[in-house]
Amino acid sequence: MTGPKNLESRTKHVKATWGKHCHKVLYMSSVKTDFPTVELNVSEGRENLYWKTIRALQYIHQHHLDGANWFLKADDDTYVVVENLKYILSKFDPEKPLYMGRRFRPFISQGYMSGGAGYVLSKEALRRFVKGFHTGECTHFSTIEDMALGKCMETMKVEPVDTRDMKGRQTFHPYPLDHYVIRRQRRPRPWHMIYDYYPPIEGPNCCSDLVVSFHYIYAVQQYMLEYLTYHLRPYGYIYRFRPDESVEVDNKTNKGA
Amino acid sequence: MSERGSFMKGMILGGVFCLVLSLLGSFSPITESKMEDHHHHHVKAASKDELQQLSESRLQELNDQLQISCVIMVQPKNLVYWAAALDTWTKHCDKAEFYTSESSKALEAIDLNEKDDWVRLRKALKHAYENAGDIRWFFVAQPSTFAIIENLKYLVLTKNPEQPFYLGKTVKSGELEYVEFNGGIVLSYEALKRLVNVFQDENKCPERQSALWKLSEDKQLAVCLKFTGVFAENGEDVHGKGLFNSRSVDSLISESMDQNPNNVVKGCCSDMAVTFSSMSPNQMQVMMFGVYRLRPYGHDFHDILTFYPPKGSDND
Repeated sequence: MTGPKNLESRTKHVKATWGKHCHKVLYMSSVKTDFPTVELNVSEGRENLYWKTIRALQYIHQHHLDGANWFLKADDDTYVVVENLKYILSKFDPEKPLYMGRRFRPFISQGYMSGGAGYVLSKEALRRFVKGFHTGECTHFSTIEDMALGKCMETMKVEPVDTRDMKGRQTFHPYPLDHYVIRRQRRPRPWHMIYDYYPPIEGPNCCSDLVVSFHYIYAVQQYMLEYLTYHLRPYGYIYRFRPDESVEVDNKTNKGA
Repeated sequence: MSERGSFMKGMILGGVFCLVLSLLGSFSPITESKMEDHHHHHVKAASKDELQQLSESRLQELNDQLQISCVIMVQPKNLVYWAAALDTWTKHCDKAEFYTSESSKALEAIDLNEKDDWVRLRKALKHAYENAGDIRWFFVAQPSTFAIIENLKYLVLTKNPEQPFYLGKTVKSGELEYVEFNGGIVLSYEALKRLVNVFQDENKCPERQSALWKLSEDKQLAVCLKFTGVFAENGEDVHGKGLFNSRSVDSLISESMDQNPNNVVKGCCSDMAVTFSSMSPNQMQVMMFGVYRLRPYGHDFHDILTFYPPKGSDND
């Protein structure tokens, strides 16, 4: 989701980095351009964010439903590791009504997914969302996009999924990495950790090795994450977390058991 | 008359000789700049082909013997950096020794009780050499440098530590080519041995410099090593990209955005980079995750070496 003001400063860098790893990417805006952007009949601005999302999902349902099984909504300041998202999705059936992201507890009894961290709708979930607006079961009752969409999901009986990895570490993140991974002194919990549906963890166990997203990632940081994810690596290093193997590297003996 | 004549002849001959020499001397910068290309040393990591030519047993031998002794020069005034280095990259050294200018109540280190940077470095290197044990490679750094020791091992894997190697990010200052301290300094056992020996020569390698001629300790190091026949060499990957960086990742990416806007990441830094510098403690924690954990599922590398994670560490 983007807008004319951000194409040069933000969206351009998304396109140059993780946008390339998507099967298909659409840049939603209020104005059609050669970027290319899709024109939605909605004005820019935070108060129009949910309208924009509704129109975007309706557009995709109308024109691109057969082009994919899963639909990711992200912002122009989100960074996504598409391969890691695919890895999670590969375990689920897109014909089931499912909804993935960073689960928050407040307001909606089954919880809702953070908008900034990016969320994914299965094909069936997208159908139900569009249907909900068609029948009036879902309405634009609030401008808070992620929470309102979560309400529609609940109404249309779309299930929220736990996207944490095998070790209970989060994959979607509504803030940059340094908000979570740094060992800090104990202090009052920041709001976003109070919102977390699952018990939040700070320090190295905050985040899965196979991370899916970070938010508030601008320009330099987009390329930095691209470099750290796909390029810079420790030669010959045996990662501690190896989800495909039944055996993990044993910390004590330092060798695979 | 003949004496004066010979004297005059001598003077003229001498004068002409001197003139010719100085003319030749004025030509030398041109020839020197051509020579410079030959004198600019590079040390590249082994290519895949070169590595594949090694037998399995030889490779195993090299893997087992390849150990790095890290020499980290700290000061209590940089306590947060010291603590960060301790909690991050230095855990991957086979041996990590911290040398401080004065003792700190918060953290343990070898107290050299010395304010002068150059004297302190000499003492630390001498101590590291004398306590080397079986270790044949030495990596000297400041705590604001972040190093990926596995990639350092990859660089020196096929190099013989009984040969003098002095590697890092090389910079030229006038006639002197030296390794920037900021980017980390790599010394083979032989280089360190020669260095410790030349420390005893007060003419070639004085301990205390006069205030007038005070060179930074990394330049001093280069001067002393040069006397022993050891020259600074730039550490590079198989593509010729520098592996040692005296700046942070952010800074290098920013620069690449200006210089290579259509190819920012590839135009920036090597995939097998060994060091980055001017990293804050928080940035180092982020790097630990970014280097040792973050990766895309399904990308497998068939690396020829194997390095296991260090014991008792949770951020890698």
